[in-house]
Amino acid sequence: MAKPMEQYKWHELNAGCVIDEPGSASEYKTGSWRVQKPVWDDSKCIKCGVCWMFCPDAAIYQKKDGYFEANLDYCKGCGICARECWPCAITMVEG
Amino acid sequence: MNNKNKKGIEVSIALSESVKLCRFEAISAYPITPQTHIVEHLSELVAEGELAAEFITIESEHSALSACIGASAAGARTFTSTSSQGLELMHEILFIASGLRMPIVMAVANRALSAPLSIWNDHGDVMAARDAGWIQIFCENGQEAVDSIIIATRFAEDRRVLLPVMVNLDGFILSHVVEPIEFPAQESVDAFLPSYDPLYTLHPDRPLTMGAYALPELYTEARYAQENALINSKDVINEVMGEFGKKFGREYRVVESYNCEKADTVFVAMGSMNENIMTAIDELKSRGKEAGLVKIRLFRPFPSEELAEVLSGKKRIIVIDRAMPGGAMNGPVFSEISSLAKIRGLDAILSNFILGLGGRDVVPEAFIDIYNESMARTSTFVKAAKTNYRIVGVRE
Repeated sequence: MAKPMEQYKWHELNAGCVIDEPGSASEYKTGSWRVQKPVWDDSKCIKCGVCWMFCPDAAIYQKKDGYFEANLDYCKGCGICARECWPCAITMVEG
Repeated sequence: MNNKNKKGIEVSIALSESVKLCRFEAISAYPITPQTHIVEHLSELVAEGELAAEFITIESEHSALSACIGASAAGARTFTSTSSQGLELMHEILFIASGLRMPIVMAVANRALSAPLSIWNDHGDVMAARDAGWIQIFCENGQEAVDSIIIATRFAEDRRVLLPVMVNLDGFILSHVVEPIEFPAQESVDAFLPSYDPLYTLHPDRPLTMGAYALPELYTEARYAQENALINSKDVINEVMGEFGKKFGREYRVVESYNCEKADTVFVAMGSMNENIMTAIDELKSRGKEAGLVKIRLFRPFPSEELAEVLSGKKRIIVIDRAMPGGAMNGPVFSEISSLAKIRGLDAILSNFILGLGGRDVVPEAFIDIYNESMARTSTFVKAAKTNYRIVGVRE
């Protein structure tokens, strides 16, 4: 998006609201929807990547040291990662 | 017009031949009475290699229009056709086609809605879809149906329009009659109708998104843009009809009139019954009475300027509807006309008659009775009645 969506006038929209700029959804930060965020306990994490696989928003990434973290610009705090983490390394906390 | 160039042909078949002349590239339709002959003939034309189109067979009208949207999004000139229950099964997809600005052309063989089940004609089906954002044309005869497909294809694809179009023809009464019809030459249609040049297409080389989610911050602007396109399409429709008249010698206008110059009492109607109304007007004339007919050929966008012009100064306006109001104060055409009359300050006595439902025969004499009844009225509002319309011929 060239500008925030609340600034678009009706005649500035493409016909049929076609989005002709691929990947522009990444500009829309959905992290503000969140109530809770996942926090990893790296002493329990076995780097299996289950959290990364299950995250429906692809908001979890692997750090250089192999452990995981959520990108809080996009993490909506759904808690699926914490539910699926079988070594129980993820806790959902407010924030 | 030279009669030698005319061919006696069933209107459904003629309409399909017109689709062939327009070189449609994708067709998806599900057969339903009384549209069946259109879709059958189109599938024959494709199977026999006479029309180089992809014919997508599907299991329902919902899927047919969905397939059409896909084809149109991929850049194909796309046609479909349906009727009655089929149109209602398409209902949610109708709004998507117009919202995505897909210039799909659809012939609707108008038929009553169930229940009770009826295969016969009225306008109940299209009136239930009248606010779906489609351009809507109503045809009076077979020649109009053939020409309207060509005209509709041209303005639908115009970059200033990019909207789907319904070409309405009365089921059986018009779709199944054999009429003498003049077909334009393929070269003339090709010259009038260049191949479709879409604004956006789904193509892997240039990724884009169609049908994205709109948050409250954008939905109003998106729908306003669509509404503006629909309202402004009328200018393009007028322009294309004018150009068609010059090239093919048959003049069409969004609103047409018959004997309106002298008459201060006029009928307002749509579709094939216009021919019967004209017969009734001729009969009235022979009895020394003057009545006119205003034909609404374009129902959406509603041609308010053109109607205000022709209705201005008239003393009595008799609006004929071919659909039940469904709890509304009046039939759908009357509601538009009464709104127009108020907004434009037309000082006429308005009356609303509903007839021809579910295939009930409409004869010219009915309009003479309606004329006489309207002449006796002293106001638009009928105080004694709960409703302000009359169902013609209902047994009470």
